[in-house]
Amino acid sequence: MKYWNEPVECADRERLNQIKTMRLIDTVKRVYFNVPHYRNKMQDYGLVPEDIKSLDDLKKLPFTTKQDLRDTYPYGLFATPLSEIVRIHASSGTTGKQTVVGYTRNDLTIWSEVMARTLIAAGADKHSFIQVAYGYGLFTGGLGVHYGAERIGASVIPISVGNTKRQVQLMVDFGTTLIACTPSYALYLAETIDELGIDKSELKLKSGVFGAEPWSENMRKEIELKLNLKAHDIYGLSEIIGPGVSFECEYQEGLHINEDHFIPEIINPETGEVLPEGSIGELVFTTVTKEGLPLIRYRTRDITSLNYEKCKCGRTLVRMNKVMGRTDDMIIVRGVNVFPTQIESVLLEIGDTSPHYQLIVDRVNNLDVLEVLVEVSENLFSDEVKKLEDLDRKITKAIEDTLGISVKVRLVEPKTIERSEGKAKRVIDKRKY
Amino acid sequence: MLVKQISVFLENKSGRLAEVTKLLGENDIQILALSIADTTDFGILRLIVNKPDIALEVLKENGYTVSGTEVIGISVEDKPGGLSRVLEILFKYDVSIEYMYAFVGKITDEALVILKVDRPEFAIKVLRENNIKILDPKDVYTM
Repeated sequence: MKYWNEPVECADRERLNQIKTMRLIDTVKRVYFNVPHYRNKMQDYGLVPEDIKSLDDLKKLPFTTKQDLRDTYPYGLFATPLSEIVRIHASSGTTGKQTVVGYTRNDLTIWSEVMARTLIAAGADKHSFIQVAYGYGLFTGGLGVHYGAERIGASVIPISVGNTKRQVQLMVDFGTTLIACTPSYALYLAETIDELGIDKSELKLKSGVFGAEPWSENMRKEIELKLNLKAHDIYGLSEIIGPGVSFECEYQEGLHINEDHFIPEIINPETGEVLPEGSIGELVFTTVTKEGLPLIRYRTRDITSLNYEKCKCGRTLVRMNKVMGRTDDMIIVRGVNVFPTQIESVLLEIGDTSPHYQLIVDRVNNLDVLEVLVEVSENLFSDEVKKLEDLDRKITKAIEDTLGISVKVRLVEPKTIERSEGKAKRVIDKRKY
Repeated sequence: MLVKQISVFLENKSGRLAEVTKLLGENDIQILALSIADTTDFGILRLIVNKPDIALEVLKENGYTVSGTEVIGISVEDKPGGLSRVLEILFKYDVSIEYMYAFVGKITDEALVILKVDRPEFAIKVLRENNIKILDPKDVYTM
């Protein structure tokens, strides 16, 4: 099976735009009449629902931010009576107070639908054994993938995150064909497979869907090589629905956005202005089918660009490029934008380095200093100081060439950088503003 | 005729060396010779031990980055000029020394020296031709 919902996934642009327009108009009406927050905001902008007639009118609407979700905590942005809400999830609260999202029964159906499209695009079908190693619970990853996997009729192994040795054991025993987890956890699993001395030929893995944190092309190569599978990027955020907002097909050339449910825009993060097709900027979503918590122009803080060309896979759904980083994860060092993924690419190019690294930014004598900690793997190690110093210099130079700023590379012992079962903590910013 | 040396990557943090030696002690491994090469950020600990293969395994299991390196052990006359003679021979045959360190053996009254060179087989040959005593690994490990 190549598509889950071919009529939509491969619809011509005109048809897609019709669907989106109709749904947008409907959503704006619903939030205006059901959510005081939106009504007040629209009134502040001098807008009434009738002003939104086309997709082009979308840009007239005010943005919604994470702060709006916090200010209206817990249920202030919900658009249906709470009796219609059948599921509550919450964000991890990594960047501040947690935010709550709610789903109606129909919202869960949509979520399963977009995740079904995602898993089919990653090569899964009803014969697949899908090991869900995303956390279950308030975090949307685990249950999101779970419902999608059940929808396509696959056999789900709901192991959740952690207990890594057991994960590996079940992978072998149950014949897992698709693994779903964060990309950094995928590498941790690969490390554990090696440590346990398991022969990769015992694994039946064919593909993986990895999301919840930005990762580079080189990290993809590393995961594909080490786990002997095809690594698909998936994208989602709990505010919009959870995993399944967009997904990669077998061509791995950008993530198809389920735009019949979530309309994307790219804006300049500083001015809020909508940028022309192909520009890099902040991704913004308007949900147009969600009932429980519809969001208008929600600012994701993720940096990417959009590509409306038809994909080789036949899908016409717009593609977003791999997320380069986040407006709030991006660190500005001496005026230069630095994304952890750039460092990761460099390390993987030098080779043999499992990308266990960490960036520490500090300010010394009013000057930003960026220190990059890199774990020395066995393959990189030499008993000669000269060779290790050469390695240090080589990494330093490669990073400096990529970023255009000077860095200090520090080689550290293996396993000294904290391992994460969820999102890896790549940056420590010690600067006091 | 090469002696197996254990090399360990260590960050320059207090207590690291103590941990390694403790770990070896607990596993009944005796350190016969030791040298540390250090930079500001990290050091390389080089060890000659009585059971190199077990030591390698133990250190690996405990998460250290380690490698086994083949080095030459020689004994030189414990008197002025003893070492100089050896170095002259190596220089004459254009063998370059990556690093070296000396240690005291219990069974001889000669000075024992560990050499890491760029061409170990050739170095052994020329040293032997010049009557320098090369240590047999078996003798080293049982020292």
